[in-house]
Amino acid sequence: MSTVPRAQVLLETRGLSKRYGPVQANDGVDFRLHGGEVHALLGENGAGKSTLSKILYGFVRPDAGEILLDGRRVELRTPRDARALGIGMVFQTFMLVPALSVLENIELFLTDLPRVPDPRGIATRIRALAERFGLAIDLSAPVRQLSVGDQQKVEILKLLLAKARVLILDEPTRVLAPHEIEALFRVFGALKAEGYAILFITHKLREVIRCADRITVMRKGRITGSVDASRADVETLVAMMFGERPAHAPGLERPVARPIGAAPIFELRAASSPVSGREIALRNLDVSVGAGEIVGVAGVSGSGQKELGDLALGLRPLATGTKTFRGEDVSSWSIARMREAGLAFIPEDALGMAAIPGMSVRENLSLGAGRRYHRGVGLDWQRLESTMKTSFEALSFPVPPLNLPVATLSGGNVQRVVLAREMAHEPRLVVALYPTRGLDFRSAAAVRALLRGACDRGGGVLLISEDLDELEEMADRLLVLFAGAVVGTFPRGAWRPEEVGLLMTGAKEGARA
Amino acid sequence: MPEAAVIATFRNSDAVRAAARFAGVSAVALLVFALVLLAAGKDPLSAYAQTFRHTLASSYGFSELLVRMTPLLLAAVAVALPSRLGLINVGGEGQLYMGAFAASAGVFLFPGAPAWLLLPLVVIGGFLGGAVWAAIPGALRAAKLVNETVATLLLNYVAPLIVGYFIFGPWRTTENSAYPESSPYPPAAMLPNLFGTRIHAGLLIALAALAVYWVLMEKTRWGIEMRAIGGNPEAARRLGIAVPVWIVAALAIGGGFAGLAGMGEAMGITGRLRQTLSPGYGFAGFLIAWLAGGRPLGILFMSFLFAIITAAGDTLQISQGLPYAVVNILLATILFVVLASRGGWGVSR
Amino acid sequence: MTTPLLLGLLAGAILSGTSLLYATLGETIVERSGIVNLGLEGLLLVGASVGFSVTAISGNPWLGLVAAAAAGALVNLALGWLVVTRKANQLASGLAMMFFGFGASALIGAPHVGAVIRGLPKWRPAWLADLSWVQATTLFKYDLLTWLAVPVAGFVWWLLFRTRWGLGLRAVGENPNAAFASGRDPGVFQYQALCLGGVLGGIAGAHLSLSLTGTWAEYMTAGRGFIAIALVIFSKWDPVRVIVGTLLFGGAEALELQLQARGSLISPFLLEMFPYLLTIAVLLAWGGSRRLAAPASLGRTFYGSS
Repeated sequence: MSTVPRAQVLLETRGLSKRYGPVQANDGVDFRLHGGEVHALLGENGAGKSTLSKILYGFVRPDAGEILLDGRRVELRTPRDARALGIGMVFQTFMLVPALSVLENIELFLTDLPRVPDPRGIATRIRALAERFGLAIDLSAPVRQLSVGDQQKVEILKLLLAKARVLILDEPTRVLAPHEIEALFRVFGALKAEGYAILFITHKLREVIRCADRITVMRKGRITGSVDASRADVETLVAMMFGERPAHAPGLERPVARPIGAAPIFELRAASSPVSGREIALRNLDVSVGAGEIVGVAGVSGSGQKELGDLALGLRPLATGTKTFRGEDVSSWSIARMREAGLAFIPEDALGMAAIPGMSVRENLSLGAGRRYHRGVGLDWQRLESTMKTSFEALSFPVPPLNLPVATLSGGNVQRVVLAREMAHEPRLVVALYPTRGLDFRSAAAVRALLRGACDRGGGVLLISEDLDELEEMADRLLVLFAGAVVGTFPRGAWRPEEVGLLMTGAKEGARA
Repeated sequence: MPEAAVIATFRNSDAVRAAARFAGVSAVALLVFALVLLAAGKDPLSAYAQTFRHTLASSYGFSELLVRMTPLLLAAVAVALPSRLGLINVGGEGQLYMGAFAASAGVFLFPGAPAWLLLPLVVIGGFLGGAVWAAIPGALRAAKLVNETVATLLLNYVAPLIVGYFIFGPWRTTENSAYPESSPYPPAAMLPNLFGTRIHAGLLIALAALAVYWVLMEKTRWGIEMRAIGGNPEAARRLGIAVPVWIVAALAIGGGFAGLAGMGEAMGITGRLRQTLSPGYGFAGFLIAWLAGGRPLGILFMSFLFAIITAAGDTLQISQGLPYAVVNILLATILFVVLASRGGWGVSR
Repeated sequence: MTTPLLLGLLAGAILSGTSLLYATLGETIVERSGIVNLGLEGLLLVGASVGFSVTAISGNPWLGLVAAAAAGALVNLALGWLVVTRKANQLASGLAMMFFGFGASALIGAPHVGAVIRGLPKWRPAWLADLSWVQATTLFKYDLLTWLAVPVAGFVWWLLFRTRWGLGLRAVGENPNAAFASGRDPGVFQYQALCLGGVLGGIAGAHLSLSLTGTWAEYMTAGRGFIAIALVIFSKWDPVRVIVGTLLFGGAEALELQLQARGSLISPFLLEMFPYLLTIAVLLAWGGSRRLAAPASLGRTFYGSS
């Protein structure tokens, strides 16, 4: 990127180490952050980037090593210490109070807030900073009404008003649409020009090359390389991240053309569903999934993805329109009936939304199977177990001990149990929401293979994902969802991320290609 | 941790755990009660000796313990069953009264009927009365309108008023009685007594209820669905479990059991409908269920413990002039100690 | 409905409502910090019994009032220890305090049942007393607590929405993680809220025994604690709306008394049911939208950062 004259080292670590049980999260990390620089911290899940940033923010105490600010040794016992020294952090889950206004949220984090605050004076201060750095927002709006991009602006404003000089951001672009990402990078540029130091954590290679001045790569708790962005390319970065050159760069596998059946397995026609509590309304949806087809749905968070999934499942009722599944009108079918007819549902959060933590693996596997295993007042456990074991084997997953409570399994293992259960009865339609979110590279690839497998056997997949790369690879057709309506439909290969991004944020009129 | 060890910790015999918890709570109770007695200027050792003589040491005393246990068992199951779905039923008092009310209504509608008709009638009536009273908050909760904790609590105050209306009105006794109470029930409606003591068939009903609770939750597929709701209602919904139906059903069944407790007290002990049928059985049932972690064996042990405590309270009131309210303080303190230690002794909620 | 009846109702509503107002304000503050106090009924009883006993012994109702407030604070601090420090389940802990309140209040009040005390003095400002339509009623002849009721509600509103402390408290009740990240200790705020709530609850209970009835009887609060909990929901956790809610329920109680006094043919039992049924009806009618207004972290235990 640009070559800003390098200011002196603002924040430095020497020999930082942190161990969590058997895992060495950080191992002798020597790191340097300069003022006026945008520095990217790159690495796969579990590389240690999160730990490093938490240490720098005082959230976590290191086992060994030292931290220097402006060349002087500092002790960061709590986030309070870090903030007092001008180090601020924006987490992946924003530390915002949804019910309070933007102004109140910022007031909450001010270090010099008087006992009886003066809202107008504070508002003036905020607006001055907001204009300088391109962070303008409506101060009186309750935070829960803001888009994710705007919420992120509030987080940054909080840091600036608390006189932070070092801004650490954890995966800031994960939930943003392409043009919101551009806006964020412009903010970085404005901040950098005034001497702020920005450290952002990510695993998205292409962004990093676009916007960072310097890139540090971590792997298994160690720094494997630190380069100027101007001298970096995808290949070298991937090598530093993975230690070897994989056959293709992560997430860039070749899409495979697949035969698609004639009649749709699943169809929504002019379907709409009203507002309900915190969920938005869905308007006039036309969605159809054919046998052997993967239909992808893209959208920024809050566009109605969850609502769409719930509508397909039968959790949300249809106000108008029809829903057909395997040729029948299922508009008013219960969830149990839909599942019995061959609908599988993979929710965003396996443990939170598809498993019962306190019950055993066996009992969890028995849920949602309709009447298949009913026997008198109990269940035919033998038949259930054998069917499930077959399912695990078909997916090349190890069979976990059936008596264990699901809560004792790791997150990845819980996901495998849910997947084995959902795929055990040859589903005709798989509705999957962000199925690879938070998974490491290999597990994500396994899930994608699983979904393709369902299609190969004649089922259809409705894949709701926030990862445009993944959708590019997987989707035979792409729908773009915005504010509860479909604003764009594209067949495979006929779209570009920038265009879809604009649709995702409603910045462009609907387009059908 | 090695899988076998993990499995082992979760396979601990239920009986062992229940007994251990019983021993722990008993020890706490003994200690705290001793302190309370000391604070009130009484001698704990002589008080304990007296209690032992009047409860465990005499056959009459022991039979009285079983009499007290009957409504406690039912009230505890009334709380435990819905609690497995994550529902909090603190309406045991009201459900108890409505059970007694409905059973009484059955009797006063058909006063001349023979026992083989009346007995099943009062049992069904008792169950239905409590069930309907609990189904109302259940429906409200299922429709996400009102939290069942608040609703069941409020209805606790309404039920005795309904009972009062009838006692002072249509069912008023014609005898010159010191208490407000209804006319006596015909003998055909009274539950038979066991062993020539005051223990009545209600005890059998209570034990049956406990067994039904255990079988239902652990051995049937309905139990799995209910426990799934208790474990993760969002996931249960998405897996096709009819959560609202189960919410109403669980509360109704629980309320029915509490209603049976009321019916038992009325048709087994007092012989008529009174406003003072329950000295807090409903709330005691909540405590028992909570201390027992919802487990049937634990409920059995804790009900027994509570029976002893309340018997001790009565004994001491008569012999030492200690107001019955001390029992409330004792219960509160036991609960306090249990809650304060690791936030609740592994109780799931 | 004639004017005297309406005025009588209003007067009665204000008298009955005072205790309810203080209790609801206290619970509002506590719930704003994320804690549900099911033991409010016990707290009120403790306030009533302590206030009455101390007044009976000392002859000074002000002393009784102060003692009741202190006792209330202590009771709530005990709840705080369970819920905040020991991280116990809030509902069970609240019920434990309710039991404790039942028992302790009976013990404390037992020696004084039937005692005659000098209750809180009531007065009426002269310029109002001169109005003929006022003279015929009990309107505007109030004790200090009733006179201060609305100003106290206003103060609580100011405290919650215009001070730094209130902002922190609301954040704790909505998102304790965010509050913690801002350098605040949610536990401290919860303890402070419980203390304040305990003082208000003790005062609420004392008003019943020292002013409204001038007597003590076991369980004399008759479920007011639970009505107050329902009123907090009804008022969307806003202290100013609490005023409306308590007038409504005070009015219901007053109506019940009026009807009984006028020899109404409606059975006293049915009349007594009215406040509870009204509470349920109110929760029902406005239940859905109220849920969104609840502090997001109400009822949850905060485990702190790892």
